[in-house]
Amino acid sequence: MDKDVLILAIESSCDETAAAVVKNGRDVLSNIIYSQIELHKLYGGVVPEIASRKHIEKINPVITAALDEANVTLEDIDAIAVTYGPGLVGALLVGVAEAKAISYAANKPLVPVHHIEGHISANYIENKDLEPPFLCMVVSGGHTHLVLVKDYGQYEIVGRTHDDAAGEAFDKVARAIGLGYPGGPKVDKLAKEGNSDAITFPKAHIQGAPLDFSFSGVKSAVLNYLNECHMKNIEVNRADVAASFQKAIVDVIVEHTMKAAKEYHIKKVALAGGVASNSALRGAMEEACSRRNIQFYRPSPLLCTDNAAMIGAAGYYDYMNGKRAGLDLNAVPNLKIGEKA
Amino acid sequence: MKILVLESSGLVASVAVVTEEKLIGEYTTNFKKTHSQTLLPMMDTLLKMIGIPVQEMDAIAVSGGPGSFTGLRIGSATAKGLGLALSIPIISVPTVDAIAYNLCGTDAVVCPLMDARRNQTYTGLYTFDGDQMKCISGQKAVMLGEIIDEINQLGRKVIFLGDGVPVFKPYIEEHIQVPHSYAPIHLSQQRAGALGALALQYYHEGKYESAAEHQPDYLRLSQAERELAAKKGQEKA
Repeated sequence: MDKDVLILAIESSCDETAAAVVKNGRDVLSNIIYSQIELHKLYGGVVPEIASRKHIEKINPVITAALDEANVTLEDIDAIAVTYGPGLVGALLVGVAEAKAISYAANKPLVPVHHIEGHISANYIENKDLEPPFLCMVVSGGHTHLVLVKDYGQYEIVGRTHDDAAGEAFDKVARAIGLGYPGGPKVDKLAKEGNSDAITFPKAHIQGAPLDFSFSGVKSAVLNYLNECHMKNIEVNRADVAASFQKAIVDVIVEHTMKAAKEYHIKKVALAGGVASNSALRGAMEEACSRRNIQFYRPSPLLCTDNAAMIGAAGYYDYMNGKRAGLDLNAVPNLKIGEKA
Repeated sequence: MKILVLESSGLVASVAVVTEEKLIGEYTTNFKKTHSQTLLPMMDTLLKMIGIPVQEMDAIAVSGGPGSFTGLRIGSATAKGLGLALSIPIISVPTVDAIAYNLCGTDAVVCPLMDARRNQTYTGLYTFDGDQMKCISGQKAVMLGEIIDEINQLGRKVIFLGDGVPVFKPYIEEHIQVPHSYAPIHLSQQRAGALGALALQYYHEGKYESAAEHQPDYLRLSQAERELAAKKGQEKA
């Protein structure tokens, strides 16, 4: 490599205001995240308008901190990468407008980055040996995609959810058993005290689309079970419910991932997204991979949540591939993977 | 002293460059295309046309609110990004004040009316002494009836302007008791030139902030916050 490439990355697609400086797509020089989660707990979920207001308040200090911590100035930066979708439109627009203005005033190229491609690329940061092709299971509050990463910047979705995202199901079940928001980590914790075989919840498969997912059925089954117990005056063992529900979700995710690995002859599997830090999912996926002699990758919990370092990693490869955005770049709330800006 | 001015609080997108001596350029559009797609390209076109690179600006002036929440944030984030990259301050001018300044010089009372939805308006009442604007009633979000009552009590000639005029005209005509008129179309909307002229005064009065500090003044809580507050109020009662 001739010269190091430094990317300043900005992410504001949901409730984290984040900026990072990433060197050559793999080395994180800084990764600043301002999380608004406490603010949204009050409302039981992310309130878009509140999130957008907070982004405006925090974005400059977060970017400045990212540059400072990396010990660089804007002059040293080669390109600005920004998440332009998918996500909350008002939230995305803050990062997009800010990034465009910085890119214009500092005369640096602007690279539009897909949020999910960022999540996938978080794996490059901690696994320096990881190179495409590999299979990546992206699971978060808003997304459940089984993605075949053919090359840097080349993605094909081979499996997707037909209804709820996996993380959404976690949040809804958490609410139903009184755990509150955000549900994922709380279900994970409580499930450790429960018996995952205590209750059998359905594992949905989609007719004719063997790699796709459906999580609304299992969610409804949990709600029905709770309701039934309530009617019959049976005391609910919440830990058993959490463990059994979690198992139903995890089993399907692992099963489909293994099926895809076999079908596409892939020997590398990675996890990504917020739910990738779920301990049961990590454990089950790792075990399934090792049984099949598949190399397993995953980002650390910090890089599983929304952050800008992952946008810097994805942005680096997009930058090297010549991807650029103009001054009219807009936020695209329902941007598809692999779609052009 | 060169100020780059950005206005995206409503449907209008408007950019300008002003100095103490003149308005060097202004570019205003008023049609339904998102500010995210128009504001920066318009700014770039203007700067190229007048041959002044953005790096020569001494400050960024921006419509500070109220207005469309998203529109305000696009202007604000653009200003903050420019301010961060260029290390220059932001002059945040209240949107309603800037609209009123379109009619600088009139002897009538000036009443901007922005359509704030839910039968409300972002409005205020202003008079002029030379180029100095005086505020009778500062910008606020109120029911239309409230501001019309205030005008009737004042008993002076008034000129209405702003994007709320077409929406509110029938009500005004029915309830107004003082001589009144409506500003012509070229003066009736947000204009970066007027905002810039006012921004110069603000700057000389030391009313500016760092790019990091700046955020819009929405004049209104988010819906979720309003509902939560209402719920808490009910619980108390």
